Formats: sequence, structure tokens, C-alpha cells
Amino acid sequence: MGRTMRFLRVLARAATALFVALCAAPAFAQAPVEVPFYYPVAVGGPITKIIDGYAADFEKDHPSIKLKPIYSGSYQESIAKALTAVKGGDPPVTSILLSTDMYTLIDEDAIVPFDGLIKTDADRKWLASFYPAFMENSQTGGKTWGIPFQRSTVVLYYNKDAFKAAGLDPNHPPGTWKEMTADAEKLTKRDASGKVTQWGVQIPSSGFPYWLFQGLVIENGINLMNAAGTEVYYDKPETVGALQYWVDLVNKYKVHPPGIVDWGTTPKDFLEGRVAMMWTTTGNLTNIRKNAKFDFGVAMLPANKRRGSPTGGGNFYIFKKSTPAQREAAFEFIKWVTQPERAAQWGIETGYVAVRADAWDTPEMKKYVEGFPAAAVARDQLPFAKAELSTHDNQRVTKALNDGLQAALTGSKSPAAAMKEAQREADRLLRPYR
Amino acid sequence: MRESGSVRRSRGADPVIAWLLLLPAVALLALFTHYPAVANLVHSFYSTPRANHPSTFIGLDNYRNLVEDPVFWKALVNNLWYAFGTIPVSIALALLMAVWVNGRVKGRGFLRLAYFTPTILPMIAVANIWLFFYTPEYGLLEQFLGWFGLGGHNWLGSRDTALPAVMVVAIWKEAGFFMIFYLAALQSMSPQLAEAAAIEGASRFYFFRRVTFPLLMPTTLFVLVNAVINAFRMVDHIVVMTRGGPDNATELLLYYIYEIGFRFFDSGYAAALTMVLLAILAAAALLQFGFLERRTHYQ
Repeated sequence: MGRTMRFLRVLARAATALFVALCAAPAFAQAPVEVPFYYPVAVGGPITKIIDGYAADFEKDHPSIKLKPIYSGSYQESIAKALTAVKGGDPPVTSILLSTDMYTLIDEDAIVPFDGLIKTDADRKWLASFYPAFMENSQTGGKTWGIPFQRSTVVLYYNKDAFKAAGLDPNHPPGTWKEMTADAEKLTKRDASGKVTQWGVQIPSSGFPYWLFQGLVIENGINLMNAAGTEVYYDKPETVGALQYWVDLVNKYKVHPPGIVDWGTTPKDFLEGRVAMMWTTTGNLTNIRKNAKFDFGVAMLPANKRRGSPTGGGNFYIFKKSTPAQREAAFEFIKWVTQPERAAQWGIETGYVAVRADAWDTPEMKKYVEGFPAAAVARDQLPFAKAELSTHDNQRVTKALNDGLQAALTGSKSPAAAMKEAQREADRLLRPYR
Repeated sequence: MRESGSVRRSRGADPVIAWLLLLPAVALLALFTHYPAVANLVHSFYSTPRANHPSTFIGLDNYRNLVEDPVFWKALVNNLWYAFGTIPVSIALALLMAVWVNGRVKGRGFLRLAYFTPTILPMIAVANIWLFFYTPEYGLLEQFLGWFGLGGHNWLGSRDTALPAVMVVAIWKEAGFFMIFYLAALQSMSPQLAEAAAIEGASRFYFFRRVTFPLLMPTTLFVLVNAVINAFRMVDHIVVMTRGGPDNATELLLYYIYEIGFRFFDSGYAAALTMVLLAILAAAALLQFGFLERRTHYQ
């Protein structure tokens, strides 16, 4: 018995000593500024390796800063992790999160605007260098809350071989909705029993149908929300008209597969030749380029009243619960990683759209575009692009639209009724923010 | 137990040791099971804290919202269908497979392994495999049906077939797991019973109905409890296959709680939903143990 007690006492003493040592450690060492940095991975490719490489290069240039990249899962998991960490009092200093998370992060009082960090003329010039379309989702109330990094838009991929086979000009992708309908009708092939062997066009509707739908809405003349993120326009005639067109592609023209079309399998459907045209993110470019056994083209989304596409992807944010030194250090890294050469390199390695115009003037990027002109389509579309749907209580307001879209596409509600219901739900959610 | 009791009395310091030995388990249980459950109940009476409005006591408001939330009702109804669809079928299948591989069949080792394989696979992997089965146009199921001219379904993409489609995945995953319990019970059953029945001239079906099945009741009860829990607990495949869509057709309670809690960050409302789930599971457990336990014959 006595031996046991003695052993426990020794154990307790050892534990106490260890605890004290651990607590005291940071006080002794004059450590470099630590910057924990969450990043998600949302596209294929060795993203983790690339980010770790950037961190190592950055630390070489800035020995007083210790950047700690932490892989945080998908976008969805990353925002959940970051906000949970905020509530637990230990958030990262900086993180890449969806540009549409901006209002959520502001409402949770989790982030600080960049305005306090932008002091010199060089900083202001740097801020002005980003494409305005990407800044729409990064600024609100006269302040800059996010810095564009891994951004994308929706583009149209089409199978040139299928175009040729259908007697269409493979170098003339559809420029308008009318042309897309007409082309799709020619491209839809049926076998003797009437079963479709190749669909004309496919717009995925699982998971986040609102994003692709937003392309249709912008092309129909409006965007889905106001700049303050307090109003949505789900039941406007333009929105209902855009949905009607999508539903018509399925039911009236019968050139689009019925039901919900999966986002994840859409590139595969295209690669398998099951569909001749698809709408999806520019982030799939490298994947399609590697795996397509046929000649393919990339085009801007077709226009109706105008051209258009939503932007998408992730921004840098800086979290509030950090020391001024940490914020400065994070800001230093964000500036470093968005320099034209690095923005170009990141775009080439991943397929994301390089976020500033001068990145496209670098020799590396010029060479890349020369060998692969499809890469520049997303850039050329940017002047027509609008901010991705983002409001206060973003996920819920978006879910209301997603549910409505899926209801209309599966035929359980008419487009007008579905959008009216979505609008009512969104209004209810947004009332406290007006 | 009596012996150890007398030993305890003879050594005065033992309660300390006993408590020390119990401490890790008690601490872990209290910290990760009891405290969260109680804290959750308390949270469900408070509003979700936001930056500008701290959490305030709102009484039953979260529960009132719940009553008016159509998605909650949809999820609840879906979940009940899901439970009623998956539990009996997977248990019946498990029993059938167990009886089958318990007999003298050729290659029964292989059969047992084959039936058990779905259990070993992680649900996420299973969901991805089935995602391919269900893919419209060129998925396995569509290709197969295509030979008979029955293709053209979008199983996960239409509101009528999405829920049954995810139920099939759950049944496929569960049945093999339950089979193992039945198999173990069958193996431990005395062969004399079968011999005696054979001598008496009982048919095989009669023997199964009047002897085997009643003797398997303890196993059935255990399996049933597990099946009910799983029907409300397993949502991994929903995340991979449908995310609750199309238009909430495959929204299940736990997945909805996840969405409210970690997509919408409405922790107060999520707490109220969690209490509902807890109440359902507690009621199911009480019903099972109170009602079936009495009718179960333990050997």
C-alpha cells in the first residue's frame, strides 16, 4: 500500500513539473511570430505540396515569421473548423475560406478588415490590382474583408468531335441561349428505342445548384442579391425566367437529362461522351485536359440579355483574435503569395483563375496560354462576371434557393411557385439584418 | 462478489484505490456523455449567441420554431420511413443469411466472408461504390436494367426514388453485420435439439419456427436495438450521395442537425433538434426493453 502511494506521489510530482515546464516554455524563448494558417483543398492536384512549398519559400524570405499551414478539409469543413475554433478562443491567424462566407464571418465577429493593415501607397496599388469581379465578394460597407486567392468562374466545355459529327462548326460554340438550345437539339442523339445515348447539354444541380443557376440569372439581366447582403431577388421575373429556361431544356426541348444531375459525375459524363456540352467550374480544366480522348473546347457561358457568370472560390481572411504582430505577418504573407508571378504560377498549377490582370502578362503565363488558349477563357469572361450569391445567414438563404431549384427541376413545383416560396423563406431569414 | 467484499472490509484504504481505478472511466463518461447531454438540454432553451447579440434565455422558442419548420417534419417523416424500411428487411436478411451459411454448404467460409465484407468497408467507401451503381446512363444498375429495356432512371436525382435508394445501401451495409450475431447464436445452439426434433418428426420449418427462432430472441433483441440506433445514427452515405437532396427528399434527422449546427451555425436550434432525437431514441429503447425483454426467453 505504502509503495503504491509513494509511486502515485512521484507520478503526481513528475506531472506537475512537466506541466510547469510546458507552460513556461513560450515565455523563455523569443520565438518568431507564429501564423497558423488554415487552407482547404477543393480541386484535384497536389495542393498540399504546393502550399507547403510556398510556406517554405516565404519563411526563407522572412525568417522572423513562422507560417504554419494547416490542411482543414473541404471548404465546408474549413469554415466549420474555423468558426468552432473562434468559439473555442483559438482561431487561426489567417485562413482561406469561401468568398461567400464573408457575411457569416462578419456576423460572427470573427475577422478584421484589411483596411487597418493597408498603409503605404504600394499596399493600395496592390489592392487595386485585383479584378473588380473578384473584389465584389470581398468588400462590403466600404471595407475590404477578403483578398482573392483561389478563384474560379463557370464556363462551358464542349466536345468538338461531337460538334463535327452533328454537322456543327467545332470552332463556333453557342454564344446565346437560342444557339445553345439549337446546338443541343442537334447534339442530342437517341437510339432506335428512343433512349438518349448523348445529351446535348448538362448543368449540374446537386449540392449547390444555385451557383450554376446564378449564371443563367445574370445572363437574364440581374444578379440574385444586393451588395449589402440583405436582399435576394429569387422571385423576380428574370430569375423565374432563367429557371423556366433550365426546366425547358429538360421538359420542352428534351436536350438535358431529367432529374438532379450530379455535380461530381458531370465531368465524367462529359469525358464518357454522354453529354456534348457541360457547365462547370474552370477548376476542372486540368482534369478535362488530361483525360479527354477527344478534341474539346472551352467557351464563355452563352448570353441571353447579356453575358455572365458568377465568380466562385476562396479568399484570404484575417481573424480578429490575433496579436498586431501576427496580423502584420499574415498580411505580409498574403501580399507575398499574391504577387503577379506567384498568382500566375498558382493558376497554372491548379487551374484557378489568376486573380490580377498583371499575372497574365508574366512570361510564364503567356507561354502557358499560348500552348493552351482555353486557359484564358475564364479571364476573358471576368469583365462579365458578378459576385457569387452571398448574404447574411448565407448558408440558409442559399439552401432556400437550392431546395426551390431542385423542386422545380424534379417537377414537384412550377418555377414560379418554387421561387416564390424560396423568396418567402429568404425574406424571413434576412429580416433581422435589414 | 461476497469474497471480495470480506477482503475489502479487512483493508481500510481500499475505497481510495477503488475510486482511483474508477476515476478515468467515470471522468470520461461524465465529461463526454453526461455533461454534454445536460449542457445540450440547457442550450436548447437559449438563443444562439451571435456577435452582437449574446445568448439569452428564450424558453421554448427553439421548440416552437421546430414545430413550424417544414424541413424538420420532412426529416422526421423521412427518418421514420427509413427506419421502418431498413430495420425489418436487414434483420430478416441477416437471419436468412445466417441460417444459410450455418448449414453445410459448399464454400461456406467464402460465403460468410462475402456477406460480412460490407460491414468491414467504411460507410464513405460504400457510399461511393453505390454512387457509381446509381449513376444515370452508365452506372452499373442502369446498364443492367438497360439489357431488359428498363433503363432511364435517375435513382438519386428524383424525389420518388432517392430515399429508397439510400435505404438499400443501409440494408446492404447492415445485414452482414447482424448476420454475424445470428451466426454466433446459431453456432452455440445445442445440436441435440435438432436431433430430438428430428426423432419426433418435426419438419425443418416447424423446428425453426418453434425452437430456433425463440431461442434466437435474445440475439434478435440485441440486433433490433442496434438497428434502431443505426437507423437514426448512420448518415455518412447521405453526405456522400445526396446531401439531403433533391429538395430534402433524403433529409434525415441527424443530417439535419449537422446542417443546422455546422452549416448554419445555429447551435441553439441544433440543441433543440438533438433533444428530439434523444427523446425518440430513449422512447425506442424503453419500448424495446420494456416490451420485448419480457417476451424474450433467455436460455
